[in-house]
Amino acid sequence: MNFAAVLANISNIIIPVVIFYVVAMGLVAKKKVYEDFVKGATDGFHTVIRIMPTLVGLMVAVGILRASGFLDLISMLFRGFTDQMGLPAQLMPLIFIRMFSSSAATGFALDMFREYGTDSYIGTLTSLLLSCTETIFYTMSVYFIAAKVTKTRWTLTGALLATLAGIAASVALAGVLT
Amino acid sequence: MLNKIWGLMIIIGVVYGAVTGNMEAVTDAALDSAKEAVSLCITMIGVMSLWVGLMEIARDAGIIASLNRKLNPFLTWLFPDIPKDHPAREHISTNIVANLLGLGWACTPAGLKAMEALRELHVENCKRKYPAQWEEHARCASREMCTFLVLNISSLQLIPVNMIAYRSQYGSVNPASIIAPAIIATSASTVAGLLYAAIRAGRERKKGML
Repeated sequence: MNFAAVLANISNIIIPVVIFYVVAMGLVAKKKVYEDFVKGATDGFHTVIRIMPTLVGLMVAVGILRASGFLDLISMLFRGFTDQMGLPAQLMPLIFIRMFSSSAATGFALDMFREYGTDSYIGTLTSLLLSCTETIFYTMSVYFIAAKVTKTRWTLTGALLATLAGIAASVALAGVLT
Repeated sequence: MLNKIWGLMIIIGVVYGAVTGNMEAVTDAALDSAKEAVSLCITMIGVMSLWVGLMEIARDAGIIASLNRKLNPFLTWLFPDIPKDHPAREHISTNIVANLLGLGWACTPAGLKAMEALRELHVENCKRKYPAQWEEHARCASREMCTFLVLNISSLQLIPVNMIAYRSQYGSVNPASIIAPAIIATSASTVAGLLYAAIRAGRERKKGML
């Protein structure tokens, strides 16, 4: 069995295992598992309803940018650089915006899925990139405001290094998977 | 920040579309995208309700509390200078567990409380070491703050629940197939961030810096 097949097998069992484990532990602890589930599900439901307007706004903005041809222009400008990194040029806007806003990045990711499908190389890479990176500048500004800090010292270097490692791992894995 | 990004995206898109003569496509895209966002949310409601419902059982059954306890040795290794009973530890631990489990809305409040607690600790230390200009020194991030943020930004979420919902909405043959590779990728970014933070923090501790 090759590496990709091993990964696929693991991926396929994780969700059933998590569901089984959580519910079994709940039963063992004699909790009202179904009532808990419904209570949590109500929270999840409201969370999605709350983000729906955000998603409408951002998907419209990304849709307009895509249809205007502007994203193709950006990809073209970065082609030389991205080819060297082994990254598809189309992903540059996504990687860039990911550092500033999580929801805007989601808009770009969905645009990739629509254009290239979820299971293509670009689709897989998009899925992985978004799963292993965070919004660097947003997180830093919100958290450091809470700590009343203005000099952030080596936080940004560390954050960029972690992000780069995530991008490199995603490229390697997407290559193996597709 | 999002106000500027969003505004710019719309302005650039419309102007560029007008220049390149793509106005009809822009009209269609605006209307279709709005519609698409709503149908995506319907898929997400299902997946998120399932996940958050499970996590509520996990909380009630004590799984989350036990994860917090298991994190203790790791916190001691990563933050040797935070006193054992300091509230910062608890907030950091809650934030990390919420991050690992993909409970986004629970991460930020705990994260902010952790930063506030780290600030208190930092101010105490600064007052002790630099009684005269402690305020100036307290404006510099402490190494605990830097480490905590690098860890946070390295992305900790193990199961990318949202991504699975998006993939299923856009017709993936196997939406969950990215779970295992996503765990590897996110571990790679976290290990890189942790190594960097441990090296920097270790050096500073040797020099006796705050």
